Amino acid sequence: MNTQAPSRLNGNAAEPRLLDLGGLRVELKTGGRWRTVVQGVSLNLEAAQAVGIVGESGSGKSVTARSIARLLPRGARVSGDVRFDGEPVWAMNRARLRRFRARDLGIVYQDPRAHVNEMHPIGDFLTEGIRDHSPRERRELAVAALGATGIPDADRRLRQYPHQLSGGLLQRVMIAAAILPGPRLLLADEPTTALDVTTQSEVMAILAEQRHARQLAMIFITHDLDLAAAVTDTIAVMYAGTIVETGPSATMHEAALHPYTAGLLAARPRPARVASLYTIPGRPIAAYESGPGCVFASRCAYVQQRCLQARPEPRPLGDHVVSCYRAEELQGTLQQALERA
Amino acid sequence: MPALLEVENLRKVYRVPGGKGRNADLVAVDQLSFQVPAGGSLAIVGESGSGKTTTARLIAGLESPTSGMIRVDGEARKPLPWARGERARYARQVQMVYQDPFTSLDPSQTIQACLDEVLRCHFSQDTDARGSRISQLLGQCGLDDRHRHRRPRSLSGGERQRAAIARALAAGPQVLILDEAVSSLDVSIQAQILNLLASLRSALGLTYLFISHDLGVVRQVSDECIVMYRGAAVESGGTQNVLGAPKADYTRQLLDAIPRPGWAPRRQAVHPASL
Repeated sequence: MNTQAPSRLNGNAAEPRLLDLGGLRVELKTGGRWRTVVQGVSLNLEAAQAVGIVGESGSGKSVTARSIARLLPRGARVSGDVRFDGEPVWAMNRARLRRFRARDLGIVYQDPRAHVNEMHPIGDFLTEGIRDHSPRERRELAVAALGATGIPDADRRLRQYPHQLSGGLLQRVMIAAAILPGPRLLLADEPTTALDVTTQSEVMAILAEQRHARQLAMIFITHDLDLAAAVTDTIAVMYAGTIVETGPSATMHEAALHPYTAGLLAARPRPARVASLYTIPGRPIAAYESGPGCVFASRCAYVQQRCLQARPEPRPLGDHVVSCYRAEELQGTLQQALERA
Repeated sequence: MPALLEVENLRKVYRVPGGKGRNADLVAVDQLSFQVPAGGSLAIVGESGSGKTTTARLIAGLESPTSGMIRVDGEARKPLPWARGERARYARQVQMVYQDPFTSLDPSQTIQACLDEVLRCHFSQDTDARGSRISQLLGQCGLDDRHRHRRPRSLSGGERQRAAIARALAAGPQVLILDEAVSSLDVSIQAQILNLLASLRSALGLTYLFISHDLGVVRQVSDECIVMYRGAAVESGGTQNVLGAPKADYTRQLLDAIPRPGWAPRRQAVHPASL
């Protein structure tokens, strides 16, 4: 994966990538004003690959994920490219879009209770996406999906209502529902943030098993860099509506190149040791608050004049892609900071 | 030296509908005992349903214990309901900071009015004295006079939590109960607030009771900790020992479940609490 703007007109690409975001820009109307929340996000994903989008509140990570499913508020201004298997998602007609959402995409949200109908049993919810099957087939598929997500006693669970299930169990039902129609891409938006740590570990393990068994690609949205690193192949760190760094998940801890990524890693308290925590001054800003320069300039400890004047373009450095003018010269400094953290 | 905060055999039982038209007993906190010395910091760690927040609310006087004793500065707390004067006096000993500054601050009140209300309630000072005390409180919490006339909505999450801490400090408490006080903050802001709490504790000699599910946070802010599971303490001791060399299986499970470099999620021997 890389974050360079994909050559939009490459007709020679015989095998289009599973997902291709090119220069995605989203504006939403809040309080009577148009505000940019995502600015120029490029990202792509091969089949069965997992990408973690990591960022703090207002970074645009959820909006990016939602624009893949075309689930943005009515009237949102979207430009740039969102292609699934080469097909522009924002040009799909209603019937195609419905089929795309029902068949190709599975979505798991942070708060399962907000996304199920409390008035219907779990079984109805699970089989909603496969209504063209016979009732008997639907039931068998639902039982199998619950079993796959480690929910015993599936027959009884199908008749239960959402309020009778704990948060961890209901989130597994959501995963079962998402994978049931056999999608190729899973959008998981903070799926474990509301869960206890032991339940989180369980749910993520189940998700990983199912992904491998079904060759399912995943976009994993989270604020937790450590968690993302453990369950994805690649990490994209977002700040103020842009991707500031992407790189392999396995080495992000040692090899972070952007001052923001390094700051995020150093600011996280760890159970193993006590340290006066490194702090990033100020607060996270939204895309529309960023100036003409680097989006992180207002909080960066290494800011220079040029950082304020023009936005650094994403460029490859080693196996990372980083948007920072000073990435090479800061490499040693950031490494030291990370070792201390 | 006597402990500043002492809890002895604390127990809280709720009556809950148990099906078949009968009620059942739910033991939220079961025979919990601990002591916190003046200037100390004790963390209570646990997952949902462990009873950690109930313990905080019992000590703050928001719920009454079914049985057991709570002593602050050598004086046993009377059973609820407290008379007005008593509640005010207790409030000058123990204050609480909540998880969500969005809902724990009055949205229609400016930060100045919010702090002034606390000062007027507890101390007989004139307007000037209160004004300079407000400046002092804001300064201690990393805010300044520009924030005085702002309302919670126009503050960022971190600023709001700073204001909530300033409000708690306004009553001049000895003990601060922090109930998941940094849990809803972004990690870059969380680090700022954790450092603020550490410096306030040493500057003002405060005593902390820190309620959290986050072992990383607990490691930073506490001297001692108690791990709770289903209402009971399963392990307690110096934080460094408990998190560095856990003895209870449950503590080990909690630590193993925290994502870190090299970690992989694992299906565990399923813990019934999570189901």
